[in-house]
Amino acid sequence: MKALLLRDLRLAFRSGGGFGLGLAFFFLLSVLVPLGVGPEGSTLARIAPGILWVGALLACLLSLDRIFALDHEDGSLDLLATAPIPLEAVVAIKALAHWIVTGLPLTLIAPGLAIFLNLPPAGYPWLVLSLLLGTPALSIIGAFGAALTVGLRRGGLLLSLLVLPLYVPTLIFGGEVVRRGAENMALATPLALLAAISLGAAALLPFAAASAIRVNLR
Amino acid sequence: MLSLSNLAVARGGVTVLRGLTLSVVPGQALILRGPNGSGKTTLLRTLAGLQPPAEGSFDLAPDSVAYAAHADGLKSTLSVTENLSFWSQIYGGPAIDHALTALNLTQLTRRRAGELSAGQKRRLGLARLLVTGRPVWLLDEPTVSLDVASVALFADIVRAHLAKGGLAVIATHVDLGLPEAVVLDLDPYRAKVIQSTGFDEAFA
Repeated sequence: MKALLLRDLRLAFRSGGGFGLGLAFFFLLSVLVPLGVGPEGSTLARIAPGILWVGALLACLLSLDRIFALDHEDGSLDLLATAPIPLEAVVAIKALAHWIVTGLPLTLIAPGLAIFLNLPPAGYPWLVLSLLLGTPALSIIGAFGAALTVGLRRGGLLLSLLVLPLYVPTLIFGGEVVRRGAENMALATPLALLAAISLGAAALLPFAAASAIRVNLR
Repeated sequence: MLSLSNLAVARGGVTVLRGLTLSVVPGQALILRGPNGSGKTTLLRTLAGLQPPAEGSFDLAPDSVAYAAHADGLKSTLSVTENLSFWSQIYGGPAIDHALTALNLTQLTRRRAGELSAGQKRRLGLARLLVTGRPVWLLDEPTVSLDVASVALFADIVRAHLAKGGLAVIATHVDLGLPEAVVLDLDPYRAKVIQSTGFDEAFA
């Protein structure tokens, strides 16, 4: 399993692996929004939590179809399905690799990009914490969506449509944590719910995704 | 030991082969022959556990199977060694040197898989079989794009595998030079009446 994780990470960082695509998108969005909205600090501060979370979510979405599509095209997925590691573990490992390549870097650069959006200082730790807790859910839900669309050519559109509604709770609670954090309000409830979504997704979706892959491989 | 009893296999809800009853003992190779579309690949995928049989049953432990499909499952940005050692680690980490030597890949270890020729890629894909350490090989057109020397090399590898008590089911159009192998012509088993198993297939 470690071998699979290392292989996926190595592939992501090699040329054509797609590392940086999500980061670049997140960066561009955070730079362009202030230019579009205008320089007024109070407006930016008010929309910053939402924009940062929407940006992180869309950046995650960009690379989802690669999770299984590439392995399906070159035949590795068939071979992994007959390999000694269970398909549920393959899904979980690939979601983890996706998170390390997109979710984690997004979390790390978010405070830097929050400066462009004039996020109030009190919001910074909560921004990092909410992304740290919430982005794993994005990767796992995304892996499930990718598993559902694995046999389809150019399944990216369908994948986005399937996954976006499932992303909504994460977005709502994630944005809410940052907003409340920035305004020094109590935020234990949305934070707990955000963590619960990630944990629930991690516990359940690998099984659903593995079943979807088995059906798609037939 | 592989035994099929009245096995029928379906592709996309349409039964392509039915009434397959046979058994293969360890040390024996079964060569599948039949025109394109006769269900060779579907049969192999069924035996590999990638799809359920439409009817009947077969007796084969899923953890004894090494499947080699049309696609080799290679990552073009990884080197030959990286590709092969990945599969070796997945199967519990046997050394890859033996497999590299057996398929004449020692000169190419540092080359990226994307830079290999079609035949070299195929050889790398077949080297994976040796690192799996599994007794039953299911091979789908293993000799495609191999030259004559490599086909002979591969036949030797299959023969060595059989001599160690392994078992192989090979779908192929070319003569591998395995006179002891049992040849099964799939033509008589083709399902005459095209039958749809309906859309409940996805929920079976």
